Amino acid sequence: MIGTRSAADPSRRRVTLVIAVTILALWVASALFGGVLAPFSPSAQLPRLKFADPSAHHLFGTDGFGRDVFSRVIAGARPVLTIAPLAVLLATVTGTVLGLLTGYFGGLTDGVAMKILQSIAILPPLFPAVLAVALLGRSTTVLVVVLGFAFMPIITWTVRSATLVEREKQFVEAARLRGESTAYILGREILPNIAGSIVVESTVRLADAVFSIATLAFIGLGAAPGSPDWGAQVADNRVNLQFAWWTVLFPAVAVASLVISVSLLADVIRERRSA
Amino acid sequence: MSLLTVTDLTVAYRSTNRSASTSGVIGPAAVDHVSFHVDAGETLGLVGESGCGKSTIALAIARSLPPTARVSGQVDLGGIDVTALSGSALRQWWRSEFAMVYQEPQAALNPTMRVGAQIAEVLRVKGFEREAAERESVALLERVAMTNPAAIARRYPHQISGGQQQRVVIAMALAIRPRLLVLDEPTTGLDATVEREILQLIADLRVELSAAVLFITHDLGLVERMCERVAVLQAGQIKEHGPVANVLVAPTHEYTRELLACAIPPGRTKHNDAILRAELPEVDRAGEHGTAGHGMSEQREAAPLLEVRNIVKRYGTVVASDGVSLRIGNGEVVGLVGESGSGKTTLGRIIAGLTVPDEGQVLLRGDAVAADLAHRRPEVRRSIQMVFQSPDSTLNPRHRVRDVLKRALLKLGGSSTVEQLAASCRLDSQQLGQLTSTLSGGQKQRVAIARAIAGDAALVVCDEPVSALDVSVQATILRLLVELQEHRDVALLFVSHDLAVVRYLSDRIAVMYAGRIVEEGPTEAVLAAPHHPYTAELLAASDHRAMDTGSRALFSAGSATVPSTQERMGCVFADRCPSRIDGLCTTTAPPVRLLANRLRIECHLDLGPEVDDPVAGEAARI
Amino acid sequence: MGGFLLTLALTSILIFALTNVIPGDVARRILGREASQEQVNAKRIELGLDRSILVQYRSWLGGFLRGDWGTSYTKGEPVRELVLSHLGRSLELGLIAFAVVVPVSLGLGLVAGLRNGTRTDRVITVLGLCGTATPEFVSGVLLLILFSVRLNWLPSSARDEYGLKGLVLPVICLVIVCVGYISRMVRASVVATLERPFVRTARLKGITTSALVRRHVLRNSLVVPVTALGVQLRYLIGGLITVELLFNYAGIGSLLLGAAQEKDLPTLQAATMVTGVVIMLTFVLTDAVYAWLDPRVRVGETR
Repeated sequence: MIGTRSAADPSRRRVTLVIAVTILALWVASALFGGVLAPFSPSAQLPRLKFADPSAHHLFGTDGFGRDVFSRVIAGARPVLTIAPLAVLLATVTGTVLGLLTGYFGGLTDGVAMKILQSIAILPPLFPAVLAVALLGRSTTVLVVVLGFAFMPIITWTVRSATLVEREKQFVEAARLRGESTAYILGREILPNIAGSIVVESTVRLADAVFSIATLAFIGLGAAPGSPDWGAQVADNRVNLQFAWWTVLFPAVAVASLVISVSLLADVIRERRSA
Repeated sequence: MSLLTVTDLTVAYRSTNRSASTSGVIGPAAVDHVSFHVDAGETLGLVGESGCGKSTIALAIARSLPPTARVSGQVDLGGIDVTALSGSALRQWWRSEFAMVYQEPQAALNPTMRVGAQIAEVLRVKGFEREAAERESVALLERVAMTNPAAIARRYPHQISGGQQQRVVIAMALAIRPRLLVLDEPTTGLDATVEREILQLIADLRVELSAAVLFITHDLGLVERMCERVAVLQAGQIKEHGPVANVLVAPTHEYTRELLACAIPPGRTKHNDAILRAELPEVDRAGEHGTAGHGMSEQREAAPLLEVRNIVKRYGTVVASDGVSLRIGNGEVVGLVGESGSGKTTLGRIIAGLTVPDEGQVLLRGDAVAADLAHRRPEVRRSIQMVFQSPDSTLNPRHRVRDVLKRALLKLGGSSTVEQLAASCRLDSQQLGQLTSTLSGGQKQRVAIARAIAGDAALVVCDEPVSALDVSVQATILRLLVELQEHRDVALLFVSHDLAVVRYLSDRIAVMYAGRIVEEGPTEAVLAAPHHPYTAELLAASDHRAMDTGSRALFSAGSATVPSTQERMGCVFADRCPSRIDGLCTTTAPPVRLLANRLRIECHLDLGPEVDDPVAGEAARI
Repeated sequence: MGGFLLTLALTSILIFALTNVIPGDVARRILGREASQEQVNAKRIELGLDRSILVQYRSWLGGFLRGDWGTSYTKGEPVRELVLSHLGRSLELGLIAFAVVVPVSLGLGLVAGLRNGTRTDRVITVLGLCGTATPEFVSGVLLLILFSVRLNWLPSSARDEYGLKGLVLPVICLVIVCVGYISRMVRASVVATLERPFVRTARLKGITTSALVRRHVLRNSLVVPVTALGVQLRYLIGGLITVELLFNYAGIGSLLLGAAQEKDLPTLQAATMVTGVVIMLTFVLTDAVYAWLDPRVRVGETR
């Protein structure tokens, strides 16, 4: 019979969580301990082993310069997992503060702030990123700042909506009756109750950030040139597709797997909260 | 031979718990081998507290439980085995034999479909043609006493009031012409006057349909009004059943006795409530009548604890407060009663400082205080506190009870310890360490009350603090309030739509309608004749005697619109008043009369001999 | 309406600010290192770069509103024709993608939601998740490997000579992310609607399942996803950059990318601004659809 809610199998949900966390943990380990985990240096060239098929010696084969693809893929985790979390952190902190203030106070400042945010939010995140990186240079700082500000509006909007709801609750009025300061009300009464949705939204943005960084690397606007960005690896080896598919497939799958694992994590957190 | 026979009905749910060990296991029975029967034309009341399983029984009979439910037992309606139906046979049964009316009418209606279309849908599925269905649905709306049925039919659910929405749901039930009608708390959340009309409607309809009616409620008073027989449910089991007259007057089962004892018998006040007075002997206070608040006559000269003068508050064109003035003495309990939209909550909030009036003053012990809470001095804040209506929203779910009380003591400057404060509100030490979200409704309100009196407040505004609670829990909270009030000599402004509750607690009562106080005086005086016509209506609505069909004519159906600022000439109640004097009441503002017994009424009617009012000059509206 | 214009105005300020913070001298970059200082100065005056920022902004904005979008620094052509022709091609691609996204994601989401908990639902959900997580360049490359290289069914580029066949892969690429996201939103909304009390009321009237879905479930489930659709269109347009690069399609995305790399400011500003306007229009449209779906917004409170 349609529409009647079947019980979601809890063991299946746990399997999903385990998969997601495992993949994420692998990549985090790669980012942190890449130097130790990779069998070869990502930039070491072995001219006689160009385009070698994947083998026991070179798990993912080698590329046109004889570099070990496996090591390059591991090394590619670090730039992404440095920039993405920083950008999301920036977006979350600024977005939460702004969201709390506009949601609680409303009025003119709220209206103005919303208009400004909307004007940022109109453009797809990639556009200002392309502009900024192309014009200001390919540095980690530029990427963190521009992505942070590109993602801030949606976090602000989420926090603001949640704050609007909590603001009407009677325990907030009780706090006002006690003479509590605004800082107390925002920090100790409202924030603990909206923290969950902030976490969910930030995790989703994290997946978004990885997505964007990889894409930027692909179109040639990643972090420092020459760094083993996954996107850059795909772009560089696109021409070798027909005879050396491993040089493209593995970095591509790396990107997809990281984004999927973070998204799954966000889903699980969201479901935990609404249960 | 009964029309509806339920035999050995048992409902349990398959666990959807997260941990692997309990997943898939069948939990404890929500409904445990329940059996009962209902004859055609008879109404069986199914009564019990929240969580006892009464709604589950209704859903089981309706074949509308989630798939995690495991149902066993038999349900037989006029020879049809309901439990065996499925597919198109089940749909056919729903179409013509069974109808259900729920608790929250707004949620029961499709928000994106016009009201008339939703009724017509029932008819179309029974074979009516489109135009015939449309005509019949308007006729049905008329049948359920809806004013202006054709216009209402074209509206969406959010455009009509709660009472009107419930009428629509009843019209849909009527359209089915069922043999079994299930009503699950159909009047919870509706105003007393609207409730009375809806119940009257149901009473008329069941006569017409001669269906078997199952009336589910937690309110014993309603059972008395509406049912011939009653079954008492506790934790999924029927503890007692029989004719209403027998069960409610001479219960045989202990649980029934408990339920009855717990609830406040109608008509009782705090002065003659035996259970309360057993624990809290009344101190004989010197006053004129011996039962009024203390020393009202002396207070005339000294400034009252709290006074509001000529409060005006508008929201757009709606006038929430229209020149309202009120006094509250030290340690006095003043009940503020009225229906939703009367402005009583607004007045309470203005006194507390949460809402800022457009005009008027608030005075504490004769000194004007800032209208805005943010500008009030700490001493004023600790003196005036508030207890709110919804237990779920009144406490921060992330905080622990201990922290709530500690913070209140800190900010309001209370002298007791957390443990003492908790004890005074009958909270035990184990609850102190718990998160507020784990408490029951009654426990949450206790914490809210403790929080309000932490700073030894002089006045606590109570905004419908028991409306959202089960009837038996209501009684305990009310008794607690009386106890605290008498021990600590704190004044209460008790705002409620429920006259029965207000009369229990209050020393004085003020009746509000459309932003004005239309009657005010000591409790006994307000309840005894003569009355303002609106007070009379409220009294009749809260009357627990069984209803007779004749009295229906007295009251106008549907909700009258409250006059906005521009239209306010004459008496605000004129449109609804059965005793209205045409030409006078609609054009001239009624005078404020002071009658004997210190009763103040605002009306054109001649209600009795008047006395001089030393306070009249200040309080009168120009 | 006024609100939208204000937002666009703010966006224009943002774009203008962003494009004017580049280090270095634009005029010199255009003329090259060998040019003399006089030539550079003359060029600067020619381009109007000697005026104050505010004056430059006003002049740019005025020109934009009049239809005069300047001349490309690098191509020497009038920007307006350049941008509009590229925009046209992108719109073609985008509209086809949109025409695919809406029915596919609504259909998948509805089926998944109605059959929630079953295997069909899980399959759709997992596929949707994978869709949202796969960047366009990943799916694009994989699609190219499969359809163009291995199977040779479809051309590997979308240039004009390949006609409609050339558009198939880029459209699929754009659509994957969108469909993944929207179908999951629709599914969640359908599941939530099914649990609402009025669905039970409707079912207990004895109406058929299809009537139940049509009249009660569908309209009430679509409200939230429609607003999500508006948001997703942004991402779809963002995806144009990658897709157009990958498939050699001369749309606004590749124009923007090229202009950014060449520091061709007028083109950059105009292209970004025009994109902003288009997205703003989709917001307006989405709002209108939302209002049509939800009578509470349309009719308002009249009690």
